[in-house]
Amino acid sequence: MKKASILMIVGPLFLMGLYIFPLWKIMLGAPQYPDPLGLNIHISGLKGVSEFDIQNIDGLNHYIGMQTLPKVEDMWEFGTFPMIIGIMVTIGVCIGVLGYFNKVSYKWFIGWFALMSFMGILGMYDFNQWLMDYGTNLDPNAIMKLTNADGTPMTYKPPLLGHVKMLNFDVTSLPASGAWLMFVGMMLTLTAGFLGWKNAKKQKNIAL
Amino acid sequence: MLVSCGQQNQSSNGALSSSAAEKVYVAPGEQDEYYAFLSGGYSGNLTVYGLPSGRMFKEIPVFSQFPTSGYGYSEETKPMLNTSHGFVPWDDAHHPDISQTNGELDGRWIFINGNNTPRIARINLSTFETEEIIEVPNSAGNHSSSFITENTEYVVAGTRFSVPIPQRDMPINEYKSNFKGSLSFISVDPEHGHMDLKFQLLMPGFNYDLSHPGRGKSHGWFFFTTYNTEEAHTLQEVNASQNDKDFIAAVNWKKIEEYVNNGGGTKMPANYAHNVYDEGTHTATTTMKKEVLTVDPLKVPGAVYFLPTPKSPHGCDVDPTGQYIIGNGKLSADLTVHSFDKMIAAIEGEKFDGEAYGIPILKFEDVLAGQVKSGGLGPLHTEFDGKGNAYTTFFISSEVVKWELGTWEVIDRKPTYYSVGHLMIPGGNSRKPFGKYVVAMNKITKDRYLPTGPEMEHSAQIYDISGDKMELIYDFPTHGEPHYAAGCPAELLAPKSQKIYRLDENKHPYAVTSPTGSKVVREGNEVHVYMSTIRSHFTPDNIEGIKVGDKVYFHITNHEQDFDVPHGFAMIGQNTSELLIMPGQTKTSVWEPKQVGVWPFYCTDFCSALHQEMQGYVRVSPANSNIELSWSLGE
Ligand SMILES: [Cu+2]
Repeated sequence: MKKASILMIVGPLFLMGLYIFPLWKIMLGAPQYPDPLGLNIHISGLKGVSEFDIQNIDGLNHYIGMQTLPKVEDMWEFGTFPMIIGIMVTIGVCIGVLGYFNKVSYKWFIGWFALMSFMGILGMYDFNQWLMDYGTNLDPNAIMKLTNADGTPMTYKPPLLGHVKMLNFDVTSLPASGAWLMFVGMMLTLTAGFLGWKNAKKQKNIAL
Repeated sequence: MLVSCGQQNQSSNGALSSSAAEKVYVAPGEQDEYYAFLSGGYSGNLTVYGLPSGRMFKEIPVFSQFPTSGYGYSEETKPMLNTSHGFVPWDDAHHPDISQTNGELDGRWIFINGNNTPRIARINLSTFETEEIIEVPNSAGNHSSSFITENTEYVVAGTRFSVPIPQRDMPINEYKSNFKGSLSFISVDPEHGHMDLKFQLLMPGFNYDLSHPGRGKSHGWFFFTTYNTEEAHTLQEVNASQNDKDFIAAVNWKKIEEYVNNGGGTKMPANYAHNVYDEGTHTATTTMKKEVLTVDPLKVPGAVYFLPTPKSPHGCDVDPTGQYIIGNGKLSADLTVHSFDKMIAAIEGEKFDGEAYGIPILKFEDVLAGQVKSGGLGPLHTEFDGKGNAYTTFFISSEVVKWELGTWEVIDRKPTYYSVGHLMIPGGNSRKPFGKYVVAMNKITKDRYLPTGPEMEHSAQIYDISGDKMELIYDFPTHGEPHYAAGCPAELLAPKSQKIYRLDENKHPYAVTSPTGSKVVREGNEVHVYMSTIRSHFTPDNIEGIKVGDKVYFHITNHEQDFDVPHGFAMIGQNTSELLIMPGQTKTSVWEPKQVGVWPFYCTDFCSALHQEMQGYVRVSPANSNIELSWSLGE
């Protein structure tokens, strides 16, 4: 149980990486942008991969009537997500410490993992909703109104994951370093739960 | 392709192992190995090419007004062309030279001389913009220029024509012993590159033709070829060619610098312009300087010597080791090579062969290292490959001759098309040449390209010199009359080339860094329009309340922060040029409306899908009208 608890203490700490590293990265490349424009999505706001990328993405997108990229104050998520991550890290570390002193069982480890996974999925859902709004909620006075072959208005939702061709742009959306750190951290907590479970089974066998 | 391919083609038949087309072909999307900067001669500018492709990348305006960008027309850049003769919007730009550290190219700046109205310009090699121009007083025909010493301590400006110093009204036939030739040493600030005329050596009234600094062991010396040591003042083609030998003047500038630093020299009244462009304010200013420090060479014993050199020498080139000084008699068939070590020994042994105006003349035989019996006619200029070989152009016989330093033996010769002047090996004017290509710059082009009437652009030719034999691999037209050129590996400049001007660092007094700052302000009959641009509109785009007789200043700030997205601005009937404003930059154009009406302006650089919509109007009312000044966007 000691080994499992240490993993349970260390795992959540990996989530701290999200305060520094981006969670997601969307790259937009096109023939006229051999150095692609890029957007790093941090839990606390958006940043261009290069300094002026946000301004340049907004400049391009205004032709088709897309909204400008949100500033920190435009989205509640940028205030809330850092808090949630902070709370989850604190709870996770506490569970780990309590586990170390045998005050709580491994089930708490799995519980934390389940809660974090649930919130992660919620976060992805929220992110996808925002992408949907960003790509479809277009200015009716847009300079260019493009339609699909069937006559419906073209939408510009970037993919949640993977690559899509959008007009002349190649848009690629992938988890970034912060997300990978979170993934590693959560795997550690899952391992902690597993080790705790095996340990508990052994204890039970001994007791028998 | 940015990585030097110097390791390839080293075998003796390397030059023949692949086709010429393969050697110069730079595939779409690939980049050249070298930058080449060719002077524009009478265009007054400097053009940037790639090697080996021969593709022209840019023309950098230096001494000439340039309607493409508004250089010399915009209010910010007009001061760059101020001189003591007033606004001189043209020059004859001859010899570019890239700054050096320890005798190797450092790629910070490139210098070039204005030959006609003596000037030196400094161009920043991260922005590729002319940043400074200093006029040279007491000089005429600034030809033996603008060569720099091996730590960019000095850039020289030697006069081709001797003149009365100070200028005065006097009979021309009293030239002899009354005219003087000035050799100006302009110091370069190691941090900012700012130039300052430190001292001027007043030499006998010969013609100082070309020059090169010593390097390595001869660092501290500067060598100048002379012609017309006869001091003829009329029918020069005959009267200046009477002496069998003219001189190379060897100047120990370190000695003179020391003399000057200890308070030596005579201050003389002068009047010359010093124009500096400030990158923060995007604006140039002119300061008129009123004094120059002159040095009489006789006051600094041991500083100046004459090396006799046959038949009106033109080129004056120093090899990468600094040992050999090559003086090419343009009326001879042979090359004369002087030895620096022998020169020092002769000076120490005081083996003089008389003097000229008190300056000791060394004995020809005592300083001669060797002669290249070339069999060519009219040798002009020499460059080096860093592998012990020299390459000399022959104007009359139209060829490049490769020969070996030390043995003086001719190794190879190749024709040029036609009448070649200078040649250039990247870094060939430094201690570390990049001896893969030589570029020959020809004066005559006939029959090489499709004809374009009586006038054709000059041509340059690229030879692969990586093997024992030279191989002509490409020729391409050049713009203006390229005299000399400088080249360097692309990797020295490309990574630090600036992509935008930062809007948040724009300190132009009339800049608007946010569109909400746009406004129109009247000051008497002057109207200042603070305008911003972004794809695809001007702010403001409608202006009313301008009157006939007003002087309207359009101060335009480009709000883009994206590489290579300029906007243009042109006003109908304007008596200047358009502007081309780089991302983050502010430029000003003046318009003096003379007719009432509603007059359009527009963006001249195709900037976006809606470029054609990037336009606006100015309403001009009669001089006595009382229409209020107003401006708008989107109303
Ligand atoms: Cu434009």
